[in-house]
Amino acid sequence: MKLGSIIYNGVVKENPTFVLLLGMCPTLGTTGSAMTGLSMGLATTGVLLCSNMTVSAIKPIVPPAVRIPVYIVLIATFVTALQMLLAAYLPSVNATLGIFIPLIVVNCILLGRAEAFASRNSVVASAADGVGIGIGFTVALTLIGAVREVLGTGRIFGAEVYPEEFGSLVFVLAPGAFIVLGFLMALYQKLFKFNHSPNQ
Amino acid sequence: MVTVLTTVCLLSGALLSWLHSLTAGPVAAAEREARVGAIAEVLPAFDNDPVGDAVAVAVGGEVDSVTVYPARANGKLAGAAVESVSKDGFSGEIRIIFGFDASGGITGYRVMSHAETPGLGAKMEEWFRMDQGRRSVIGRNPGGSPLKVSQDGGDVDGITAATITSRAFLGALQRGYEAFEQFKREEK
Repeated sequence: MKLGSIIYNGVVKENPTFVLLLGMCPTLGTTGSAMTGLSMGLATTGVLLCSNMTVSAIKPIVPPAVRIPVYIVLIATFVTALQMLLAAYLPSVNATLGIFIPLIVVNCILLGRAEAFASRNSVVASAADGVGIGIGFTVALTLIGAVREVLGTGRIFGAEVYPEEFGSLVFVLAPGAFIVLGFLMALYQKLFKFNHSPNQ
Repeated sequence: MVTVLTTVCLLSGALLSWLHSLTAGPVAAAEREARVGAIAEVLPAFDNDPVGDAVAVAVGGEVDSVTVYPARANGKLAGAAVESVSKDGFSGEIRIIFGFDASGGITGYRVMSHAETPGLGAKMEEWFRMDQGRRSVIGRNPGGSPLKVSQDGGDVDGITAATITSRAFLGALQRGYEAFEQFKREEK
């Protein structure tokens, strides 16, 4: 498989949010604004890249019986390391994302890619998969965050588009996350016209 | 099997403890910087080191004490920043640093951490300094009677649809004010 097609696969064909529907907890929880969505996407991409490469590199020595615990230990290590680094060098990002950083550990995108892709492919291909899926996740989260921020507060990346009084608060709250995700998913299906019926 | 799992765990543990020792300094520095920035923002002019002079004050015999950061100018007390906590919010603790001048008038505040609803209770970060209606608490003095929201018969306009948060905010303010008064009494 060519690297370009692996990345295209992650961003568009198997977009984790709009197609695979993985990692819905951070998707719904951290997209109150475009900026938090983008930060969460980048944080997850970093962890995914590291975990994919490591899982792929150590696959010859890991017995199948203990592979899942090993993957989880690896992912948890990278997430904890990321949290320490964020708290030390980007405290404002750490304060915004809060509890969602440690929760990257249970993001099924990571374990899903480790099991479905990295444990079967080379280190380089796994890195490309991590980058692709990561970009797909980041773009999706930033989009949802931007739509919710505009409809809810009249701003995008903090810059005012229209006065806040005209915004609809529901889009900043949890129900808005579901509504926006549903509409964006429908739009995505319309644009890319994927057919997931089992006949094909 | 056991060997692989043990090795992976040991390596992970070693990596994390190394990173922890590496980042412990910067983490503490970042927290201190955020606190010093907030204290300098809410205080009237001072020429001492409020953080170095900090005093823990126990209000009304409560277990948790409130930290008072006194501000002095030319040796005289110019006011204080008080780090107050309320547990009466909509979710979790609300931690706020209030600034008072020497007579107890409110000079400013900064919300340090909270878990209130975005778009509702979270508006307290700006609401209580907005120059609109009776929202702002800046310049008021809680000495005469405690500040209360209009729903409780007070004269502060609480946040629309977030009265619980508004009450918690004013509760923290009152606690901070009492700690400052007690600090002044103890200092005399």
